[in-house]
Amino acid sequence: MQNWLPLFVMVPLGVAFINLILTKFFKNISAYLTLIAVLFLCGLSFRFIGHEPFHYAIGGWMPPVGITLVWDPLSQLLILIVSIITLAVTLFAIPYMQQYTAQNKFYSLYLLMIAGMNGVILTGDFFNLFVFLEIASIASYALVAFGVEAEELEASFKYLVLGGVSSTIILLGIALLYSATGTLNMADMAIHLDEGASKNLLFFIFALFLMGFGLKSAMVPFHAWLPDAHPSAPAPISAMLSGLIIKALGIYCVARIFFIVLGIVPVIQTILMALGGLSMVIGVFLAVGQWDFKRLLAYHSISQMGYVMVGIGLATPLGILGALFHLLNHAVFKSLLFLCSGAFEYTTGTRQLKQLGGLLKKMPWTGTSCSVAALSISGVPPFNGFWSKLIIILALLEAQYYFLAVITVVVSFMTLISFIKVQKYSLFGTLPKRLESIREVPVLMVSGMLILTFLCIGIGLFYPFFGQQLLESARDLLINAGQYTLYAIP
Amino acid sequence: MLIYFLNSIIFVLGLYCLIAKKHLVKKIIGMVIMEYAINLFIILIGYKDNGIPPIYLPNMELTTFTQQSVDPLPQVLVLTSIVIGMSILALMVAISLRLYEKYKTFDMSEIRRLHG
Repeated sequence: MQNWLPLFVMVPLGVAFINLILTKFFKNISAYLTLIAVLFLCGLSFRFIGHEPFHYAIGGWMPPVGITLVWDPLSQLLILIVSIITLAVTLFAIPYMQQYTAQNKFYSLYLLMIAGMNGVILTGDFFNLFVFLEIASIASYALVAFGVEAEELEASFKYLVLGGVSSTIILLGIALLYSATGTLNMADMAIHLDEGASKNLLFFIFALFLMGFGLKSAMVPFHAWLPDAHPSAPAPISAMLSGLIIKALGIYCVARIFFIVLGIVPVIQTILMALGGLSMVIGVFLAVGQWDFKRLLAYHSISQMGYVMVGIGLATPLGILGALFHLLNHAVFKSLLFLCSGAFEYTTGTRQLKQLGGLLKKMPWTGTSCSVAALSISGVPPFNGFWSKLIIILALLEAQYYFLAVITVVVSFMTLISFIKVQKYSLFGTLPKRLESIREVPVLMVSGMLILTFLCIGIGLFYPFFGQQLLESARDLLINAGQYTLYAIP
Repeated sequence: MLIYFLNSIIFVLGLYCLIAKKHLVKKIIGMVIMEYAINLFIILIGYKDNGIPPIYLPNMELTTFTQQSVDPLPQVLVLTSIVIGMSILALMVAISLRLYEKYKTFDMSEIRRLHG
């Protein structure tokens, strides 16, 4: 079983290139090839649930010399999120992408993005992390510009410049860490840093990583690219970017590196919480005034990532649990909302809320999914968003950050207002004359959305059945970071 | 120490060029300068005065070899990082050419239909 671990990276990476060769001979095969690869990854990740933590030495080169892949509770949670969301998004993408040309290139870039994300999540080696980060980022830069319209190219260039700066800064941080410890293996590095390292250097590295991964996860001073880049991409890619990329490349790396490798210190916790609080407030204020559906969702991504950052920065057991739970929930409902916005755009041809209305009668499945997701993100019980927000607020109260707890409640309320507006203008109200002939979207698109809708309802209600296995084990790893060195290195 | 200082000047020059210049091609050049500054820094980590190549030949003594040979790992990392930098450069050039087709200008201050 352990020997199957590299397949998480190898299968999407291999299929991405095989796909380009095969489509020379067989037209229209690429969508189904991608679906098979994604189904395989989904099955593989379910087979791996509950597996003991272990490391896999690539090519038989033992760590700390060789590169390792590490399976542990934190990667288990992220891999599972990535597999399930990609399955739903792929089902949605098959009919949706029919309106574009060069579909085989789309699916190849899409698979490269999945390979990069899986690599970032599983790797136990710093430079390997950088390489996979770049694979995922470059694929996403190209996918944002996939429509090659003027706005899309502009958004992609902006994303490319800021993403390039963040990658360069992350590389500088990795180089400094290497010069300080003489190793690139994460577990070995954690042991070396434990024995003692220059404090000034460590703070400089913290600052570099905070800026680098802050840019990747769009924390507030670094958020300028996100509201342009996420709405410009085709809808399935928006769902991937907002649901997965900012988590796998941003928050996950912050959690993994700050907690497990470098070891968290109170100053950094305060900075993380301050950035998270700022993101929550500014993101939601910018979102309330938007009339472009996808742009509104993109601003809400900034705000909801703020919740996760606050929970991570709190670093109490309850805070981290809330943050990880909100990470899972946000991946589900934000992908669903972006897919719904894509479905509206597919049938009506617009994403301006003022030109929509009364869609619930014409598109019952999409409309219901959209309402469920909107209720989840605004934290209405019993949907999943409510429980994770509740845990974060309770953790803030427990740690006596009353002011931040009040802000969290207010932001949640503002989110509700903004999504009531979305519902009123898109689902209810009167149907405009020109939209009278529209019909429900194809069945594959509906099935992709329904998977996520059931997850929105199910995750909140059935927490006792999976919480211990998935979330609490990952939390225990982040609290007792010393565990990592026990299994990640022989 | 001086060489690290000069290296950081290259990095800051690249960053300045990337942020302050309006022309797309100048922005791309700034990005490349910045990447090369980091690559140079990684090479400098493994540098030694009067170093020898890290190849262990049969007639060498082990102690002199370990003391004098340079660290080979940073050089390998730089190779990878150059390849990644090249792919980003190719993508940037391709997108800026497409931008020129759409907007008929390379001036970033005129390319602003979005307002993020």
